[in-house]
Formats: sequence, structure tokens, C-alpha cells
Amino acid sequence: MRNVQTVAANTFREAVRDRVLYNLVFFALLMMGAAILVGQISIGIEQNVIVSLGLSAISVIGIFIAVFLGVALISREMEKRTLYALLAKPVKRWEFLLGKFFGLVMTLTVNTAAMAAGLYIALWTVKHPLLKSDAYILVAVYLILLKLALIVALALLFSCFTTPFLAILFTAGIYVAGLFAADLRTIHGVDLDPGALRLMRGISYLLPNFQNFDVMSAVVHGRGVPGTIVWHATVYAILYIAIVLTGAAVVFSRRNLK
Amino acid sequence: MPQGAIEIEHLSKEYPYGFLSLKKKKSLEDLTMRVEDGEVFGFLGPNGAGKSTTIKLLMRLIFPTAGTARILGKSIDDVSMHGSIGYLPEQPYFYDYLTAHELLDYFARFHRLTASDRAGRVQAMLKKVGLDTAKKIQLRKYSKGMLQRVGLAQAILHDPQVVVLDEPMSGLDPLGRREVRDIILGLKRDGRTVLFSTHVLSDAEMLCDRVGVIVGGKLRGIGAPGELMDMKAQGMEILFELSGAAGNLPLLEKATRTGERYRVQLPETELYAALDALKAAGARILSVTQIKPTLEEYFMHLVENDRAQASAVEVSGK
Repeated sequence: MRNVQTVAANTFREAVRDRVLYNLVFFALLMMGAAILVGQISIGIEQNVIVSLGLSAISVIGIFIAVFLGVALISREMEKRTLYALLAKPVKRWEFLLGKFFGLVMTLTVNTAAMAAGLYIALWTVKHPLLKSDAYILVAVYLILLKLALIVALALLFSCFTTPFLAILFTAGIYVAGLFAADLRTIHGVDLDPGALRLMRGISYLLPNFQNFDVMSAVVHGRGVPGTIVWHATVYAILYIAIVLTGAAVVFSRRNLK
Repeated sequence: MPQGAIEIEHLSKEYPYGFLSLKKKKSLEDLTMRVEDGEVFGFLGPNGAGKSTTIKLLMRLIFPTAGTARILGKSIDDVSMHGSIGYLPEQPYFYDYLTAHELLDYFARFHRLTASDRAGRVQAMLKKVGLDTAKKIQLRKYSKGMLQRVGLAQAILHDPQVVVLDEPMSGLDPLGRREVRDIILGLKRDGRTVLFSTHVLSDAEMLCDRVGVIVGGKLRGIGAPGELMDMKAQGMEILFELSGAAGNLPLLEKATRTGERYRVQLPETELYAALDALKAAGARILSVTQIKPTLEEYFMHLVENDRAQASAVEVSGK
């Protein structure tokens, strides 16, 4: 695992030096603006607006980074041929792949944690003291992070066998489809062939169910999130990521480099 | 037979191309060769001949269509073998957000060196390739020649047994090339095996114990530079001075003249008769040498043969 660690640390360093964390400035400005505006126009729903806006921004910014940097993790290395010298070292290809994955997840963790801190600061400016129930925001942030890790794994898989452009399209497509995975399972009353319905249901189980990670509406209204939902989402994400990364490793281990 | 440092057996590589990748282009065809332990081996060939393909196959960057290879007795599938080899890619490109020091330190970590060993090796390598003063500059600000030096440093950083260099002289000025030559000779002195590909034939002649010439994906010749050329050696050259009237010496019709000096090439069987004739005409013989083609001539001969064969196949195909 030391090789994985070394590659991960360098991937994190790359993200920092390529100024990926500069998005935090945008987030900070958004939160400051929201806090000022909310203080002036809304009465009694400051918390809802700030938490809703903050969690949505954390999710959207994170998805952009996960998709675009996730695809670039491998494709940029292949295009620039920076991995030639590295793969001639005693490093297995799956170790390299796993290192790249954990490096970007590490970047997203730091980024998401910083944004969560910004969200709490914005919340504190419109409402203090903070309440115990506000801690549920952290649960929502944790689940967003799990979702981002899953997106990174998908982006890595696609970038192992197709062009960066198609890999971005596939990852974004699977993400959007995954948002409706649960709905596909419960379609009733639609005039569809039973065979087509079965196929749709089968596909819905293959797709990653991103609704598992969405607890925003409960958290925005200050309601708690049951522990079972968190455990279920955690186990689901770990298993799904493991399967996707195994597939990516199999493809990448036989890939001819240019 | 003792184990060679690099043993290649029937290695072939085909690339699919065209609609649905149905057509195949042979990039390397049935390559079998050995590089002996401790020798400097030059891999020569024109662009697209299969030199880089062979090296990439050895480094497991691409996978063979057929055949096998071993380095230091281990299959190239065995990743642990990479701990004993160093590799410089062609036109190397490294993480440009790192400094040379950071890059070498990063690569050194994969070789399980202790922190103090790592620091010592990195510093020594930077000094060896002349980048000691530029070690804190990000690689994005490096010239092509400087990147080549970093590439060389990372290849020999862990003191490998076998060093594989793909066009190590590329992009270097005469001073840089001299330094690379010295490094290769230093590796040889230390008993390391070096396989390098090059276009610069004089470098190969100067450095290599043996060379292999690859053209059109096939190995066309292998041996010591001297041996390869001896096989093709033919004819003699006489250099002589002749002043005043030369009479009607028939030899002069074939000679090239510079002032009073003449140079003539002729078959070995006619040498003594020619010398007698020159002596009788009062010529002063300056030198008699065997005509040995240079490595470049030998190389060009193989390349032209290959092109002639390819066009013959094309014509008969039509």
C-alpha cells in the first residue's frame, strides 16, 4: 500500500499546485453574499436558505471537480506520457490507479471540509448560537463526499478505455441516470411492454443509486438523519466503488500506452 | 549458456487500425536477441523501425502480440524486476508542477530507499547530471535538454543493474551529449548493462560493445560495430604523391587528385600490381588502407535494401 500512498500524495499535491482549491474563493463569496442577502430579506427561514444553498453548492462544485479531474487523472497522464517513467518503476498498474483515486478523494475531502466550515460560518452570522441539530449538516456533507467518491471511481473507469470527452459524457450521463435509479424501479401505471419494464428495472439495479446520498431536505429543515441511512449509504458506496475500481484496474492493466 | 541481462524471444507486436480495427500493422516482427551482462548495446534504426516499440514492450508499457522477454532472468511480467532496471523514455515529459528535486524524491520512494539514502541519492544524481543549481525550479520552466537530464537522473537514481535508454542524446547540445556518453561509460565501468536506442551512429560506434540494426520491424544485423563492418569490408585504398609527368599510368584514370596527391580505390587482388606500377612511375606511397564501410554506410545499406524490398513487394502486389 506504500506505492498507493505515494501516488495519492502526489495527486493531491498536483491538485493543490494546479490551483484546484481556488474554487473555495468562489464558494466563500457565494456564502458571504447569501448571508448578507438572507439577513435583509428573509424572516425566520435564514437557516433553510443558507443550509440549502450551501449544501447545493458543495454538491455541484464537488461534482464538477469529480467528473473533470476524475477523467483527467488517467487520460492526462497517458496523453502527456508522464506515467511512462513511473510504470517502469516497481509499481503495479492497479496501485497507480488506486493512488490516483485516493489522491483525488483526498483533494475532494479537503475541499468539501473547507466548504462545510464556510457554510457553518455563514450560518453562524445569520443565527447564533448554533444548535445541536445543526450537526446534521455534517452528515449531509459526509454523504455528498461518498457520492463524489463514487463519481470519481466511475470517471476513472471510463477514462481507462475511452477518450476524455466521451468519458466525461458517460460519467455525467450515469450520474444523471443514477439520480432516477430508484424511480425506475417503482414505475407503475405506464403503458409499457412487461419485457421493457423488466429491462428498465434490471438497469435500475445496475445503475448507482445516487438518491441514497441525498438527505438535504431533512437536514435543511433541521430534522435528523437515521443512522441506518448513513450506514446503508456507506456500505453501498464502498461496495459500488470497489466493483467499479476493480473493473477499471482490469481494463487498465492490459491497456497499451501510446 | 550463461543468462543474458536481456533475453528476447520471438517478440512481435501488431497494432490494429482502420475501420473497426480490422487491419493489423506489424510494428515488430519475431525479434530474438540477447544483451549480455555488463555490455553496452546500441539499438539502431530509422524512425518507425521498431526500436521504441521493443523498449516499450520490455518496460511493459505495451503488450506483445507474441513472444516473451526476460530481464535479469525474470519475465517482463514480473513487476518486481523493475526494481533492478532504469528507464529513460523517448522525449521524456514529467510532472511539470514539480521541481527536479521533488520529482527524483517522488520516484525514489518507489524503490524503498530510507529517507537519508533517498536524500543522498537524489542530491548525488542532480549533481551528476548538472542540475544541482536548478533543482528548486519547477520542471515547466526547464528546456528540452534539461528535461532529458532529469530523465537520465531518474533512470539511474536507484543504481539499477540494467539501464534502458530510449534516444538518450536527443535534445542535448554537444556538451550534454558528451556528459551522457560519460555517464554511459561510467555505468559500463561499474559493470551495469546498458541498452540504448539512437540515431546518432557515431555515438553507437564510440560507446557500444555490440549494436543491433532494426529496419521495418525486423532485426537486420547484430554484432560488434567492427565485426559488422568487417563482414562487408572490401577493397583497398592507396594514397600517393606523384610529381611531374605521370606518363600514361592507367591507374590515374580511376584516381581522385588533390594537388600532387592521388587517392585510388581498387580490389585487393590488384593491389600489388598497382604498387609495382606506381613504384616504376616514381610515385611516393603515403598509405595503403583496407576500405571499411562506416557504421553509417552499413546502416544505410540495410535501410535501402529494406526500402527496395518493400517497393518490390508493392509492385508485385499490384
